[in-house]
Amino acid sequence: MVPASYFLILSALLFTIGVAGVLIRRNLIVMLMSIELMLNAVNLAFVAFSRTFSSADGQVIVFFVMTVAAAEAAVGLAIMIAVFRNRETVNADELTLMRW
Amino acid sequence: MALELLIGAIKAVVVLVLILNVAAILLWFERKGSALMQDRIGANRANIFGIGKRLGLPNLGLINTLMADALKLFTKEDFIPDGADKFVHGLAPFLALFPVLVTFVVIPFGDVITIMGRTIELRAAELNVGALYILATIGIGVYGVALAGWSSNNRWSLLGGTRATAQMISYELAMGLAIVAVVVTYGTLDLQAICRAQGGVWFGFLPRWGILVQPVAFLMLMTAGMAESKRVPFDLPEGESELIAGYFVEYSGSKQAVFMLTDFAEVVLVSVLVTTFFFGGWQIPYLYRDGFHFPWGSIVALPNVAVAILGVVAFLLKVLLFCWLQIVIRWTMPRFRYDQLMRLGWKGLLPLGLANVAVTAVVVVLAGV
Amino acid sequence: MPLWFFVFLAALSIISALGVVLQRNPVHCLLALIVTLMTIGVLFIGLGAVTVGFLQIIVYVGAIMVLFLFVIWLLNLQAMPANSGHLALKLLGAIGAAALVAELFAFFTQVPATAPPPANPPADYGSVSQLAIALFSNYLIAFEVTSILLLAAVVGAVALARRAPADTEPRIAQTETRAAKSEGW
Repeated sequence: MVPASYFLILSALLFTIGVAGVLIRRNLIVMLMSIELMLNAVNLAFVAFSRTFSSADGQVIVFFVMTVAAAEAAVGLAIMIAVFRNRETVNADELTLMRW
Repeated sequence: MALELLIGAIKAVVVLVLILNVAAILLWFERKGSALMQDRIGANRANIFGIGKRLGLPNLGLINTLMADALKLFTKEDFIPDGADKFVHGLAPFLALFPVLVTFVVIPFGDVITIMGRTIELRAAELNVGALYILATIGIGVYGVALAGWSSNNRWSLLGGTRATAQMISYELAMGLAIVAVVVTYGTLDLQAICRAQGGVWFGFLPRWGILVQPVAFLMLMTAGMAESKRVPFDLPEGESELIAGYFVEYSGSKQAVFMLTDFAEVVLVSVLVTTFFFGGWQIPYLYRDGFHFPWGSIVALPNVAVAILGVVAFLLKVLLFCWLQIVIRWTMPRFRYDQLMRLGWKGLLPLGLANVAVTAVVVVLAGV
Repeated sequence: MPLWFFVFLAALSIISALGVVLQRNPVHCLLALIVTLMTIGVLFIGLGAVTVGFLQIIVYVGAIMVLFLFVIWLLNLQAMPANSGHLALKLLGAIGAAALVAELFAFFTQVPATAPPPANPPADYGSVSQLAIALFSNYLIAFEVTSILLLAAVVGAVALARRAPADTEPRIAQTETRAAKSEGW
């Protein structure tokens, strides 16, 4: 049987790759994908702990995280479409209107 | 452990071979059947050294469809259009075929069979959340079509791919709601349990098939299933008179053969789902595990193996019936316009499905079932 | 879940996650993310949380990723050029991520959960019924609020993404519009 800490380490690695994606990539859609990756890493940690303590609470939280991630992805993509319509770009480096 | 693995592998191979053969038969049936329906002859030329003609047999087009066409498709040049994404273009047909084939593992095609003291359940994977698995694999089926349309670097195929994707995700909801209604009625996600619950009779003579309990869900599943597999009257994505072949216009040779196979495998899939959920799957009316118990009192005892084989044969016959029904519908009805299609999916089937689930839930709670 | 299977799935998910972050074509990033999500779904199922695992595949892979794909098409995003500059930023980002993973490692290897999980969870662990009971009894308010959240998200997404009404004024005559409305369905 696989110890829970292995799952936690995998979750940590995926989370970090997601963080690196948000920091390194400049394309807004890829940044949003990296955020989804982070959310999934957290889901994995929740399910691992839910199994460790044999409770359904972890899975309920995962259910809610999934739902909120779906809602957030939809709104985020809608914002991106609106931004693209006005600025013709989804490169984060070129959206510098509010910099001084 | 190894023996169980072997039995599982044999079941999986049997299911796969069965599905591919039924798909091939359907291909032939579509050609000859459509010819009959349209008052023409259909394919009747290809032959092997004229053997059939010399023996005086009519040429039914079997060699034409099953051998000549297959050989032609597999020996054609396999090109990738200029500027297309090579990896995705090559991956897309298989991405379309994989979810369809993989869905069949949870379908029970018979009751248990007892060989040498070991009871084997006649389904390839004994999953107790079968309905959830089916919803998952149907959801994945969108990608093959979407990526095929996009990766061809062709605006017509992109248009076909976008339409196909939008259509598929819209009707996925209707399919899901139909399946949820059935799950609420039977209280379980396990397909074998749903089939078993459709045994027995009401009032002494009426078989307890799902269609009598959920007629609306049957109609929804049939409609949404035909829309998912992009068959006429929902075949606007591959509108043959408009987009030539829609999302697979830039495919030739074996990749196109894979798309055709996906089409027919999905026809079989919809038939199998309808049979399992609404027509008792492998159940024959009045046939129980030990033999026939007719309503007029006579009992015919049968060995377990005979009962199991009868169940499998009944399942296949029901599946073929619904495949035939889909083919007849294809060659009878004209195509939906895109806005009509979307309106039907979102404003017609979705509210109907939700109302059906609500009414079903209320009835189930009140009846205390 | 046997150890070799876990190691295989973990390696697959990490490789595809790296693919998400490092690929230049957004559609390839999407495909890599789909592989990652499916791998995580399989890990959920392997951990016994069957419902959540399948829900992950149905919701994430089947719906959210299709949404991403549509937006990528709509915006017609092309593959990015190889050197898009900002090497210092990327280096700092990588170093920051490495520091984060080192800290998380140091933490997680000391967590009491190093003991293997209980070998036999209750029979209906992870089943739909258990999840449903928890959702509709302990977490009912959160459930209802989430449905309102989804409604707000749908309304917000449609409101943000549609064109301004001035752009969509029909340019055909009024009589034609009425005739077109009376046809069809």
